[in-house]
Amino acid sequence: MTESVVNSDGQGGDATRRDFIHIAAGAAAAGAGVTIAWPLINQMNPAADTLALSVIDFDLSKVQEGQQVVTKWQGKPVFVRYRTPAEIEAARETPMSALKDPQADADRVKEGREQYLVLVGSCTHLGCVPTFGTGDYGGWFCPCHGSHYDTSGRIRKGPAPTNLVVPNYEYVSDTAVRIG
Amino acid sequence: MSEHQSTYVPRTAFERWMDTRLPIIRFGADYMSLPTPKNLNYWYTFGAILTICLMVQIITGVVLAMHYVPNTEMAFASVERIMRDVNGGWLIRYVHSNGASMFFIAVYIHMLRGLYYGSYKAPREMIWIVGCVIFFLLIATAFLGYVLPWGQMSFHGAVVITNLIGSIPVIGGSILTWLQGGPAIDNATLNRFFSLHYLLPFVIFGCVVLHVWALHTAGQNNPVGILIPKDRVAKDTVPFHPYYTVKDGFALILFLIMFAAFVFFMPNALGHADNSIPANPLVTPAHIVPEWYLLPFYAMFGSIAVLFILPWLDTSRVRSMRYRPTMRVFFYIFVVNAFVLGLCGAMLPDAPVIGEFKTFMLIDGDLNSYLWLGRLATLYYFAFFLVILPMVGLRETPLPIPQSISEPVLGGPAAMPAGAPAQPETRG
Repeated sequence: MTESVVNSDGQGGDATRRDFIHIAAGAAAAGAGVTIAWPLINQMNPAADTLALSVIDFDLSKVQEGQQVVTKWQGKPVFVRYRTPAEIEAARETPMSALKDPQADADRVKEGREQYLVLVGSCTHLGCVPTFGTGDYGGWFCPCHGSHYDTSGRIRKGPAPTNLVVPNYEYVSDTAVRIG
Repeated sequence: MSEHQSTYVPRTAFERWMDTRLPIIRFGADYMSLPTPKNLNYWYTFGAILTICLMVQIITGVVLAMHYVPNTEMAFASVERIMRDVNGGWLIRYVHSNGASMFFIAVYIHMLRGLYYGSYKAPREMIWIVGCVIFFLLIATAFLGYVLPWGQMSFHGAVVITNLIGSIPVIGGSILTWLQGGPAIDNATLNRFFSLHYLLPFVIFGCVVLHVWALHTAGQNNPVGILIPKDRVAKDTVPFHPYYTVKDGFALILFLIMFAAFVFFMPNALGHADNSIPANPLVTPAHIVPEWYLLPFYAMFGSIAVLFILPWLDTSRVRSMRYRPTMRVFFYIFVVNAFVLGLCGAMLPDAPVIGEFKTFMLIDGDLNSYLWLGRLATLYYFAFFLVILPMVGLRETPLPIPQSISEPVLGGPAAMPAGAPAQPETRG
C-alpha cells in the first residue's frame, strides 16, 4: 500500500503502526497461502503405495539363452536378456571410439554373470520401447525415431543421446535378481 | 447499488489500454468500491464465508477426483488409499467431508439471517429465489457426494433417497430405473453420481454469480431493513473495501478456526461409523440416518418448495424483525423448531422423547415418541410460513422504523409519523 506511508500532509514519512499491521497481515496471509497450497501440490507426487512398488524380484530361470524377457518395474518395461557368447563377444570387442556414449560392456553387467543384461526398456530419446534383436547392431531398434542399440544396450546410431539405462539391481540368489 | 456510478480511473497506460478492450479491472474496482450499508453486523459476513466454502469444496474436490475411482469394485478402496497412501490425502479428504458440514452450518445461518432481517422482500425477491435454487443444488450435491465413498451409509442412503422418487405414483418406477441405470443402485448409478457430483458445484458457482448480480442490482439489505434514501447514500454507506473485506476477513478467520478444529481434532464427529464398512447391498445398517445437515428435511421431505414463495407469504412491509417484536418471538421458536426437527430426523421414530414411560396411543403412535414430536415440529415449520407469516404481518403493530441507518445511533427525529409502518417506503 503506497498510500500508507504517506502522512496526512501528503508527504512521505516514517513507517507507522498501520504499516506494521498491513505488512504483518500480508505476511500472515502469504504464509497461510503457501501452507494451503503445499498439500494441494504435494498430493500429485507419488503416493506411498506407488513408492512401495519401487522394488521387484525377478526369476532369471525364465529367460532362455538368446532370448529376453520383459518385466515391469515402476510402470516401465525392464529387459532381461540372456546373451549368447557371440553377442557378449561382439559387445566386448566394440572399440570405445565407435560409441556415442562410451561405456565398457563390463561396466553394464555384473562380474561373472556377463550373460545377463538388465536394462530399462525405454529409449533414451523420447521413451518408446525398442524392439528386441533388430537394428544394425543386433541389440535393439527403436521404432519411433530409429535409434540403434548394440548387444550391450549402448546407442550406436540414431537420435538417442545415451545408452539404455542399467537400473540398480543385485543378485539375491543364483537365479533371482532384485531390481530397484 | 443500481445507481452506483463507476469511480474507477485507469492510472497506468496498461489499465487505459485494457479499459477500452476488456474492462475487467474496472469491474473489480467497482465491485470493491460498492457502497455498502455501514451498519451490517457479523450475521452479514456469512455470504463471504460461503464463497470461501464453495471454493474450498471445488478445489479439494478436483484434487480428490485425481485419486478417486468411480467403480463399485474400487471406490471404497480408492478412498482408503487416499486416506493412507496419497500425500496429504487424509487432510484433503477431511477438509472436503467436513467442508460439506461447514458449508451447511454457514448456509443455514445465512438463510436465517435473511429470514430475520426480511432480506427476501421487495426488491430482493430474486436474490432469495436464486438462493433457494443454490440451497437445493447444495443438498443434491451433498447427497451425491455422500454416495461416492461407497460405504454402507452411502449405499443405503442412496437406496432410500432414490426410492423416495420411486414412490411417485404411476411414473415413479420408470423414473427410478432411469435414475439408477438398472434395477438397483449399482455401478451405473455410482458413475453418474460421480459425474453429477463433479458438475453441480460449477452450476452452483454460476448461480452464485446470479445471486451476487441480483444483490448488487437491488442493493444490500441491512439490519434496520430500510432502503437507503438517495440523499442518505453518502452518509449511510461505506465502500465495500476495505470496510467489509476486513470485517468479512476477520469473521472468516474465526470460521476457519472452527473448521480446522473439526478437521484436525474430530474429523469424524459429524460422520457415521457405518460408512467405514464397504457397501453391502444385502444388509442395511440397523439405524440409517442421513448426514446431520439434512436431518431437518429428512423428517419432512419436500419442505424446501415453500421457501421459494416466501417473498409473497410475508405480508408485512417492515423488513427487519428488529421492529417486529411479535414476529421475532415466532422466529426464535422457528429456530428452536429447526433443531427439534434435526433431532427427530436422527432418532428412531418409536423412541420415547422424555423418560421411558408410555402415555397414550394417538392414531398410530405413542404421544411420547419422536414420531409425534416430529409431526408437531413439521406442523410448526409449515404453519410458520403458511399461516403465521401472512397473519402476523396483517395484525401486528411494528415498532417505529428509523428513517436512516444513522438515526438509531445518533438520535435525531424520533421515528416515523403515525401510521407509517404500513408503508415504510415505496416498493422497489
